[in-house]
Amino acid sequence: MTVFCLTEIEPGGAVADASLRALTLARELSGDVAAVVFGTAPALGDLAAHGVSDVYAVSGIEGYAPQAWARALAGLLTEAEVIIAAATDRGNEVLAHLGAITGLPMAANCAAVSAEAGPESYAIVRQRWAGLLLEEAVLEAPVALLTVATDAVTATMADVPGVCAVHSVTPSLREGDLVVRAAEAPAGAGGASLATARVVVGGGRGVGSADGFAALDELASLLGGVVGVSRVVTSEGWRPHTQQVGQTGTKITPDVYLACGISGAIQHIAGCSGAKHIIAINTDPGAPMIARADYAVIGDLHEIIPALVKAIRDRS
Amino acid sequence: MKILVCVKRVPTVGGTIAVTADGLSVDTRMSGFTISPHEECGVEEAVRLCERFGGSVTVASLGPPEAEEQLRSCLALGASSAVLLETAGEEFGARLTASALHSVAAAGGFDLVLLGNEAADTGDYQVGIRLAHLLGWPVATGIKALTADADSASVQARREYQGVAETFTLPLPAVITVKEGINLPRYPSLPGRLRAKRAAITRAPVSFVPDAGLRTTSLRVPVAARRQATVLGHGADAVPALVSVLDELGVLP
Repeated sequence: MTVFCLTEIEPGGAVADASLRALTLARELSGDVAAVVFGTAPALGDLAAHGVSDVYAVSGIEGYAPQAWARALAGLLTEAEVIIAAATDRGNEVLAHLGAITGLPMAANCAAVSAEAGPESYAIVRQRWAGLLLEEAVLEAPVALLTVATDAVTATMADVPGVCAVHSVTPSLREGDLVVRAAEAPAGAGGASLATARVVVGGGRGVGSADGFAALDELASLLGGVVGVSRVVTSEGWRPHTQQVGQTGTKITPDVYLACGISGAIQHIAGCSGAKHIIAINTDPGAPMIARADYAVIGDLHEIIPALVKAIRDRS
Repeated sequence: MKILVCVKRVPTVGGTIAVTADGLSVDTRMSGFTISPHEECGVEEAVRLCERFGGSVTVASLGPPEAEEQLRSCLALGASSAVLLETAGEEFGARLTASALHSVAAAGGFDLVLLGNEAADTGDYQVGIRLAHLLGWPVATGIKALTADADSASVQARREYQGVAETFTLPLPAVITVKEGINLPRYPSLPGRLRAKRAAITRAPVSFVPDAGLRTTSLRVPVAARRQATVLGHGADAVPALVSVLDELGVLP
């Protein structure tokens, strides 16, 4: 069985973390994993280490054009049994286009997949309610289309590196495929992105005001991380929605999530349960966020965070 | 500008989520119902575009008779008409939902169809795109800012992707799926609520054909969500312990 994986490549050539997770799930299905890449030439070492046997490098599409990317994947359909992508904005979008072009079903946000259900039949586990609920389902299709929930799989390297044979692909585009195409520009503040940050300092209602975030900003920059917020913070207008963690915001997968003054509504938990370690700071020892944390400090963040910042500064 | 907004009735999820005894649906005996925040923002965005450029907003929903409640909430926010594609409460799946909505979207002479980026409950991430392909219209998804040009011939749709601002220009008619954060939805006004109460809702029955391609066998609440928190202490006294934990986790400078 051949599994094709839409693999997102960062500007420098590194493979996006979310795609490494998708490649890991792909390897569980088959030893024959092919990466499909667009634009930037990928770091072949990364792909080989993650067990990729073939690389299909698509040329002739400038920038990100979701329907054109899907058309290129459709051209590879006869060679694949499964087409997988990371459940990122782009991964879900391109595979949905592919589903619409081919009429095939598409299963989004899968946490596990197995081919043991029979020919052209896959037992899948996928996230609903942003992961608050898991759905077990059977996907029956000549080619299975699925996206991999970024917080459900941890990327691991292959036991045996792949050979990474590179093939170039020129897609046959149709009229209309390039109508919708991204014009790209650097976004606002720049810096580490919330979705991929290694450290996230979270702030909720307990922060109290827009000004209250100064200490959290300082701590985040000290730890080389970024600030994330709960929904109440964006509805109050204290911080922009791009910083919202949760079901309707961003899903994060940091090594450490430091949740300050966040009660832990279920919609917020959906966005942060992919964190490796959670530390909660809250005045209420009964807050749901504390029940989801590995470590907790009970008390007022306005007292604790400045003291923490000082202690870290004094240390170095 | 003539705009259609598609919304879905979903349970309001508070502190917990529970599954029915047969393991096939969410237990809603104790919950209220709503539409997702993405869709609420979709309705608001449509109303704002019409306030600026003139036109009308229609809301449509594929759902049980009770979805009338959600349609009336949208009417209270400023939509002018509503269509209920009435089901017996089955979960239609992405392909069938798109084709049911297609019947409304294709017939109305719309310039723009707005949907949420994904439904809050099933999270299929594809209904808008499948609908666009059925209509033969361009589509952009996950949009957080939308502007129309003065002659309403095209829209500019923006989102942020991994630190990059992406702008898509779409000739109309088009399909756009939006995300929470594109605007801050208004509260319904009293006259709006009164108007919504009296408004007629167009109803059309839709019969259910299960989608064999993707079949749900069961739903469950994931285990191991709860961790065992080690309390490091109270107030600023806990800071030394907190520093050692951060050090152990390897995130200190």
